[in-house]
Amino acid sequence: MNLSIALWLSQDAVTNGAIYALIALALVVVFTVTRVIFVPQGEFISYAALSLATLQSGKVPATIYVLIGGGLLVAALDGVTAVRQKSLKSLPGSVLANIALPLAIAAAASWSAARPDELPLQVAVTLALVTPLGPMLYRLAFQPVANASVLVLLIIAVAVHYMLTGFGLAAFGGEGLRAHMFPSLQFQVGILSVSGQSIGVIVTSLVLMVLLALLFGRTTYGKALRATAINRVGARLVGISSEFSGRLSFALAALIGAVSGVLVSPITTIYYDTGFLISLKGFIGAIIGGMTSYPLAAVGSLAVSFLESYSSFWASAFKESIVFTLIIPALLWRSLATRRVEEEDDS
Amino acid sequence: MHRKLLLALSLTVGFAGAAAAQEVTIGLTMGTTGPGASLGVHYKNAFQLMPKTIGGYPVKFIILEDKTDATEAAKNGRQLVTEDKVDAFMGSVAVPSTTQLAQIANELKTPLMALSPVALPPEKLEWSFVVPQPTPLMMGAVAEHMKTNGIKTVGYIGFSDSWGDIVLKSLEEVTKPIGIQIVSNERYARADTSVTGQVLKIIAADPDAVEIGGSGTGGALPHIGLVERGYKKQIYHNHGTVNREFIEVGGKAVEGAIAPTGPLIVAEDLPDDNPVKKVALDFVTRYEQTFGPGTRNAFAGYSYDAFLLLAAAVPVAAKTAKPGTPEFRVALRDALENVKNVVGTHGVYNMTPTNHTGLDQRARVLVRVENGKWRLLK
Repeated sequence: MNLSIALWLSQDAVTNGAIYALIALALVVVFTVTRVIFVPQGEFISYAALSLATLQSGKVPATIYVLIGGGLLVAALDGVTAVRQKSLKSLPGSVLANIALPLAIAAAASWSAARPDELPLQVAVTLALVTPLGPMLYRLAFQPVANASVLVLLIIAVAVHYMLTGFGLAAFGGEGLRAHMFPSLQFQVGILSVSGQSIGVIVTSLVLMVLLALLFGRTTYGKALRATAINRVGARLVGISSEFSGRLSFALAALIGAVSGVLVSPITTIYYDTGFLISLKGFIGAIIGGMTSYPLAAVGSLAVSFLESYSSFWASAFKESIVFTLIIPALLWRSLATRRVEEEDDS
Repeated sequence: MHRKLLLALSLTVGFAGAAAAQEVTIGLTMGTTGPGASLGVHYKNAFQLMPKTIGGYPVKFIILEDKTDATEAAKNGRQLVTEDKVDAFMGSVAVPSTTQLAQIANELKTPLMALSPVALPPEKLEWSFVVPQPTPLMMGAVAEHMKTNGIKTVGYIGFSDSWGDIVLKSLEEVTKPIGIQIVSNERYARADTSVTGQVLKIIAADPDAVEIGGSGTGGALPHIGLVERGYKKQIYHNHGTVNREFIEVGGKAVEGAIAPTGPLIVAEDLPDDNPVKKVALDFVTRYEQTFGPGTRNAFAGYSYDAFLLLAAAVPVAAKTAKPGTPEFRVALRDALENVKNVVGTHGVYNMTPTNHTGLDQRARVLVRVENGKWRLLK
């Protein structure tokens, strides 16, 4: 190995690390607010990447059916609840958000499929297609059992993951797709030629992280999320709806997943089941951060991607084993370094 | 009232039994979900184009799903033989699944048409007939092309699974005798977001050519990586990569890629005196009429060839026993072992008791990506 190879590998690691870090952040947001270890996070990546690639080939992605179907289910569930509680006030809002909005997004998708050259438009449509899936998932799968134990929530998350993977196979087929994107810009930095692609990934990730920091630090919504993360019962006592926090955190997770999907889609071939492996690497990053610390999760993700990049050079056949073995020392270190906290304290 | 119903029922059952004795039952276990999904769908699609009769007998297909899971495939294999009493069965999409099925075929004494390669020595294939070309036969075409073009060293990058191993082993087998050296062995996974490390290592070794041991669209990632990092020499693939989606994903970067494949992929380009041309052209035309232009693929061809092999053997076996009996299965196995000059979509099959694959060099062609299409390399 010489200096130029080391630099290439590092550049590659930083690009991938930026994506893993985004995923790790999403996992931490969801876990701290709702205590769900969000296994299906990766599906948002696959859905977004495949939707974008499908739009580019001039077809309407089948994601619209998942979106419309999910919306109908949510609206039906809301309707039943409203009738039971005899308060129909919230119903028009639910219909608007879960039936009208998905239909509007679907219309936008078919409209933009006919315009394969307008990249920003298609990216916007892709984000709009995937982001509402987050709150819908929360409403359907997690909100009814919001007070269950972490283990039950984890098992539900695994079930949701399999369900979404199945839908992904039905919607996009078994073969992979790759989006063609930004013009192939190349920048010469010393002996490295850096692609516009990787700069796009890194800049977008940084911007998204700053926006998240602002959201949590400066806005009422962000503070409500933080309050729920710190103490759910306390937050409810001061009037923060835990249902609302849950939906908001899932929407954030879906948005971050969709952005990661858009970023990764021109870099590699994405299959209906690829997202899971990507999110698993983000998950290791999040574990290193103890599932609670945002900066540590980001640093952990970078560690994962550097390890991955260098082991792909030295011992490519064992790359995954090396990367996933990292979780053992990480867990050991976390369990030795942190004070034990009784977790199941709310009844 | 009850008695009438019972009578009617027993009559129906009686008729069904009588009908079953006349027809040939063929089972299939296939993985159209799970890791093999992208190939499994094609294998299964071919069954929509199968004739209604086989060697003059009505034929019934029983199709089960195994999710590309070897355990599930084994369960399906047993069910097909013991409960559905099939005369022969076919499967499956992945090597581990098919290997399980081959063992079940031996145990339960029922002929298996293996639709993917099997990881067993030839003496363990007593009841199995392997339809796809053996990988060394395919890689042999690549090795010959390398030799004619003066290539001395090859870099290898393949899947980090059994397919990556099989391609590498076959490549070693055919390149060693002609003095071509394999200088690197890199691995990657289909779901990897980057192959930069592996590509850098290959470029550092600077081989005369690179062989990629991936399959389908999965073969595109290292190819694009190599081209992006400025590798300008020939890049070869294997027969698992030859489909339309590979070119869609690879775009301009994969122009000039060379791969071995079965003749049906380029049926139109074959010379008229090629014995396979007529059968292959007929099949791909019908396949693309049903599933859309450009959907032809090797895998559907394997299903179809398995059917053609059975169709050649059933009339011979029927001379000694009735379909649906254990004697018929033995007779069918013996007949399959001796089929001669069965022209399929992939080649001409000549089975012998020691060779249960029966394909020769007519079953392989080299193809190259030219202007976004796989074309016959002449």
